[in-house]
Amino acid sequence: MSETIVIAEMNNNAIHPSTAELVAAAGALGSEPTLIVPCTDASAADGATSWNGISNIIAAKSSAFENYDAAGWASALDAVMPQGTIITGTSPQSKDLAARIAGHRGMPVVQDVVKIDGNQVTSPVYSGKAMQTVSLGGASVISVRSNVFSPVQEGGENNVSVVDTTGNIATSVQEFMERASKRLDVSEANIIISGGRGMGSPENFSHLEAVADTIGAAVGASRAAVDTWEAIPHSMQVGQTGKTVNPNLYIAVGISGAIQHLAGMRSSRYIVAINKDADAPIFKHADYGIVATWEEALPVLHNKLQTMME
Amino acid sequence: MPNIIVLVKQVPDTNAKILVSGESVDLSAVKMVMSPYDEFALETALQHKEAAGGEVTALTVGGPGAEKILKDAKAMGVDHIVRVETSSSMDTNALQTVLKQAITNLGAEVVYCGKSAADTGAGSTGPGVAARLGWASASNITAATFDGGVSVMTPGNGGNVKLSVPLPAVISCDKGNLKVRKANIKGIMQAKKATVDVHTIESPISTVTVVNQSLPPAKPAGKSYQGGDAAAEVAQLLRDEANLL
Repeated sequence: MSETIVIAEMNNNAIHPSTAELVAAAGALGSEPTLIVPCTDASAADGATSWNGISNIIAAKSSAFENYDAAGWASALDAVMPQGTIITGTSPQSKDLAARIAGHRGMPVVQDVVKIDGNQVTSPVYSGKAMQTVSLGGASVISVRSNVFSPVQEGGENNVSVVDTTGNIATSVQEFMERASKRLDVSEANIIISGGRGMGSPENFSHLEAVADTIGAAVGASRAAVDTWEAIPHSMQVGQTGKTVNPNLYIAVGISGAIQHLAGMRSSRYIVAINKDADAPIFKHADYGIVATWEEALPVLHNKLQTMME
Repeated sequence: MPNIIVLVKQVPDTNAKILVSGESVDLSAVKMVMSPYDEFALETALQHKEAAGGEVTALTVGGPGAEKILKDAKAMGVDHIVRVETSSSMDTNALQTVLKQAITNLGAEVVYCGKSAADTGAGSTGPGVAARLGWASASNITAATFDGGVSVMTPGNGGNVKLSVPLPAVISCDKGNLKVRKANIKGIMQAKKATVDVHTIESPISTVTVVNQSLPPAKPAGKSYQGGDAAAEVAQLLRDEANLL
């Protein structure tokens, strides 16, 4: 495999820890990568100086990285990145950037990689109803899902070269808006508790919120719930036409497990299902299945979790 | 008045069960539909035309079987329907190069597409085609307004960001609060009579090639419990067995 480049996942001008998994993924492709850190302040790159498995670090410094603009970021990064196979994370912004850079460099892109074997990479297709393995015949851009590769450890010693760069920003920000809800979004949560039509009414989602607040979870919903109740916004929808999630723990309450929904959450590490119908398809995918109404099970779950979290 | 193109793709119905025979997915028994997010792109394109004038062209890449979704788009109100004929499977570089050429041939100020297709879930087409055209792009938008230019709402900075998008641009659409219009009888009759404009475009060689497709590994059977009181035990196991919480 030729040269590899990892574009660091950033969070408030700091390297997100999941970047260490991307470095490990580059290692699986066969080479120690150049780590590119898109930043407005080069101190952001300090977070990776002691990581193993990196050949060198480039802090790509530009005011273009203040706000996300695909054209601006791709051109600013292209100017400082070596040639080779490029690896990004799979946040919506990172996948967008991966595709934009691939277009910029005239390369193919493969998204949502969950396995690397030589130059063959595997991604879920049909929302995880099937897996597809492709062979990379040349330099490509790949985005790699989190919770797949073990992060590289501390113990290395890397120098940081700071390179100033500029990007051609296309879009302009008119306004930033806070999210109506202060709660975590399902796409960024490690624990998700979701409700389906079995919750009976949108008001009953407050019981899910109570559990969510106890364990720091996001609240999601099935398509049936979103379609039935206007009070449940599409931004909460987990599934093939909603968000695809990959948390450590997914708790499905009053969700039967339509194929549409399973497609969006089946790769969660642990799945708990609460449903009154013992034949609900969700139970086939659950690590822990509880046949009960939510009215019976949620208060018990909530009390126990409160005790445990004290 | 803008020339507006909307990219549409035919995919398996999202409620369909996916079967694998041998080393590839078998879609022969599956109902094919317009990718759901493309419907939001189509609705946004039609709203853009209603606000600013111009014409909307629906464009797809694929075999003759893909013409059904073009007819569906026509019934909903697009002016022109175009299919780019292809022979074999393409990687994203080949496909996006073909799309770039088709868009250049047709001429457009703005291209709308779904935020991702229901088959790949990748979301690469919008930003990738924009890069190849050298245009601006905005992705995963949840709302758009057309006051002279185009302003969009997109998730970002832990909330939402309202962006001005300079044209020409490629904009990929999420659901937001859009209600997709239904085709009326007149539209359906017109779609029946409409002819699909078929183009042929040479594609570059694909370097990414499919090795095989398979079903995801089955999960071992989990533990099952009767009655709500078991929730306490499950919570404890999440900590003791799963090392969570």
